[in-house]
Amino acid sequence: MAAAGRVLLILGLLCSLYGLGASIYGARRGDRAWVDSGRRAMYSLAGIAAVAFVILDVAFLSSDFSYKIVAEGSSSTTPTFYRAAAIWATQQGSLLLWVLLLSGWSSLALFLTRRKVREIVPYAQAVLFTLCTFFIGLNVLFANPFATSATAPTEGAGLDPLLRHTTMMVHPPMLYSGYTLLMVPFAFAVGALISGRLSAEWIQVTRRFALGAWLCLGIGILLGARWSYTELGWGGYWAWDPVENAALMPWLLSTAFIHSIMIQEKRGMLKVWNASLVLGTGVMAIVGTFLVRSGILSSIHAFVSDPTLNISFVALIAVMVIGSVGLVVWRRDSLRADARLDSMVSREAVFLFQNLLLVALTAVIFWVTFFPLISEAITGTQVSVGPPAFRPFVVPLALMVVLLSGVGPIIAWRRVTAAKLRRSFVFPLLAAAVALVALLIVPGVINHGFALAMFVFGTFVVASVAQEFFRGMRARQAMTSESPPVALGRLVVRNRRRYGGYIVHAGVALALIGVAASTSFQHSRTSSLSPGQSVRLDGYVIHYVRPTASASPQKISLGAWLDVTQGGHQVARLHTTYGLYPSQDPTLGPIGRFFNSGSNESRVGLKAGLTQDIWTVISPNVAPLGPIINQGDTLLTRLINKAQRLPLAQQTQELNRIFSVRDVIIQGLTQRYISHPWKATFLMIVSPLVTWLWLGAILAALGGLIALWPMPRRTRRTARLSGPGVRPPRAPDSVPPAEPVREPELV
Amino acid sequence: MEYVIVLIVLAVVIYAISSPFRADRRVIAGHPGQPGQPGQTGAPSPAAAVVHPSAPLTQDAVAELEAARDAKYREIRDAELDVRTGKLSDADYEALDGALRGEAVEILHALDEARKPV
Repeated sequence: MAAAGRVLLILGLLCSLYGLGASIYGARRGDRAWVDSGRRAMYSLAGIAAVAFVILDVAFLSSDFSYKIVAEGSSSTTPTFYRAAAIWATQQGSLLLWVLLLSGWSSLALFLTRRKVREIVPYAQAVLFTLCTFFIGLNVLFANPFATSATAPTEGAGLDPLLRHTTMMVHPPMLYSGYTLLMVPFAFAVGALISGRLSAEWIQVTRRFALGAWLCLGIGILLGARWSYTELGWGGYWAWDPVENAALMPWLLSTAFIHSIMIQEKRGMLKVWNASLVLGTGVMAIVGTFLVRSGILSSIHAFVSDPTLNISFVALIAVMVIGSVGLVVWRRDSLRADARLDSMVSREAVFLFQNLLLVALTAVIFWVTFFPLISEAITGTQVSVGPPAFRPFVVPLALMVVLLSGVGPIIAWRRVTAAKLRRSFVFPLLAAAVALVALLIVPGVINHGFALAMFVFGTFVVASVAQEFFRGMRARQAMTSESPPVALGRLVVRNRRRYGGYIVHAGVALALIGVAASTSFQHSRTSSLSPGQSVRLDGYVIHYVRPTASASPQKISLGAWLDVTQGGHQVARLHTTYGLYPSQDPTLGPIGRFFNSGSNESRVGLKAGLTQDIWTVISPNVAPLGPIINQGDTLLTRLINKAQRLPLAQQTQELNRIFSVRDVIIQGLTQRYISHPWKATFLMIVSPLVTWLWLGAILAALGGLIALWPMPRRTRRTARLSGPGVRPPRAPDSVPPAEPVREPELV
Repeated sequence: MEYVIVLIVLAVVIYAISSPFRADRRVIAGHPGQPGQPGQTGAPSPAAAVVHPSAPLTQDAVAELEAARDAKYREIRDAELDVRTGKLSDADYEALDGALRGEAVEILHALDEARKPV
């Protein structure tokens, strides 16, 4: 089936090239049939990519080690779920996933717009095919997922133990969905600029894709943070790693974009800004994809670097940047605003400031992330940057963004009077003031100014959102006499964009309160403990109860139970383990390959709560087992060499016996770890409000989903336009002065 | 087996990407038995044989105006929600609502014009 997969990839590349040509030809000739044929080529490409993906996944699930990437990235002992997902743990498989998702989302976008924006679609289609051609071209020419070995190994290398985590298997498809969904508004923006059709319609047809991209990227970032917190064993969830930043930057820009397009939809303003923003977001998505694969910046996440892929990506990014700048400059006259800002105290102004802050935040993160490369290029000296380099810039900008996210919902569009402004701000300001006073009483808080500011601003945001929900519910009740829960529910259902957005704001505020608290008020310590020993941390006593150990041919697990008490009362019982996975390298020895493979994973002991998390991870010391391991390796290696000189039938039997002895020895070693335990090193952390980060992020995702959900078609009622204050339309005299207007049901 | 899969995929792809051209040829050549369609008299309809140069433009203009109309309706709704939730004063709302509804009527008139047959 590998040959079939390879042929399908080539067929996909040809299909993509055809689609590109047909789209451009149809656009230039104004021939709808060619454009439609191109659209169907995209559907076909999605189908081809799906079949190729299934073939590859079947190879992983059936542990067909004749495929090189299956042998390198999986094993027969890898659990089924991880085997199915291991496909995108490889460079080649992840590129194929990119093609599948890009062609899939592109097919959806082209299907939904098949009868709309007809002048834009052919060019947008061509851009999407260009990107598809690039990625499938990489698979065909440089990163063939269907490459096979002449002699298939009997066993694979296995999945990296660090990736054996549910969140880590879902994390890449979510991120790639985000990146590929961003290509849709990017392509339509290019199409709008080329065709000169620069009304808000192209934004309306692609708005949901931008929002969907934001949602998927956000979920992907959240899953990555959760994996970091529970798996990597350092106690944190965000390290400002280049690959983490690679996902954050397009997410920040797409946040700016989904706000600023509202202004263009309503007022016809910010056209140049929006065009530049969406093009920049698309470029940043490709930069992010490049960062993960290139290895140009040191990262735990990166694939193995391939210079050929690097050059290809740099070329694509250069074309995208130059093309984007050229298009915006070319069409700058057509991108003039239809209206001006009515007032600096308006929602438009708040969105504009927020946009500037988000772009500034992205620029700062980009600069600091790439600084090692820039520095090396200029000075020849390699430098490394870590979290301290980001915080002085990111924190103040983030605080301002949070504050504005509370101001925006309570300010009207266009203009607001001073009296209304006062009325809208009273409750949120009061809530923030109460929070400030309450927090100043807490010892130590005043020493963490930024954290205190985040708590106060976050309270302001939550209060302003709560006020909006309350007032909206009361307004609806005044018109419909519904009960509060019904009024609230229908208010959200009928105003999904607005109230879904408010929920996002509240969720992000809660998440950032959690970030501020957990980073500023964390207590940690590293201690070496023997069973029976205890340490104190932040008012808790952490007691090492006993060691644990288990062994199987797939993994050795060494761990510990710890009791956490406070004031003599048990608060938690934590179990942390350290997993040792065997290497396939025979030079490490039959037993040593378990203990010296370098393939390890940590399982943290975690007691999570609304107010704080108690977290611990073990680093067991296996050095005392070293002499026994060496003796065992020497003995077993001698026996294996002897067995390999026997006739084949006897050889197999003898080797199986030797491996059984090996397993008994390993069991014995793990039992020795329990019966004669020695000191193990524990990292222990007590961290407040971490759970708020996860809950806030889930709330934000829920808000995004609500905002994304399409409105149902419902009965429209008519309203007459006659009456005082109505500006008469510029219409021929034969048109009556008062015209009935069909409008959707209000509130 | 694998080559069968590839051949099936290839056949489906060729069928899919060629279908717009086959549909075009059917319209130009005409199908008997379809009232009002070219083919009954054997002579192709000029409108069906040639894509009218302004048809897609008109459709695009209509779609653009419909999008503008929907956006204006949203603005009207947002303004009403703003006044009901106390963010807008009555005087500001009156002025804004009147302006928005006037803009909506203009769009509706333009839409009526765009929908008129060419």
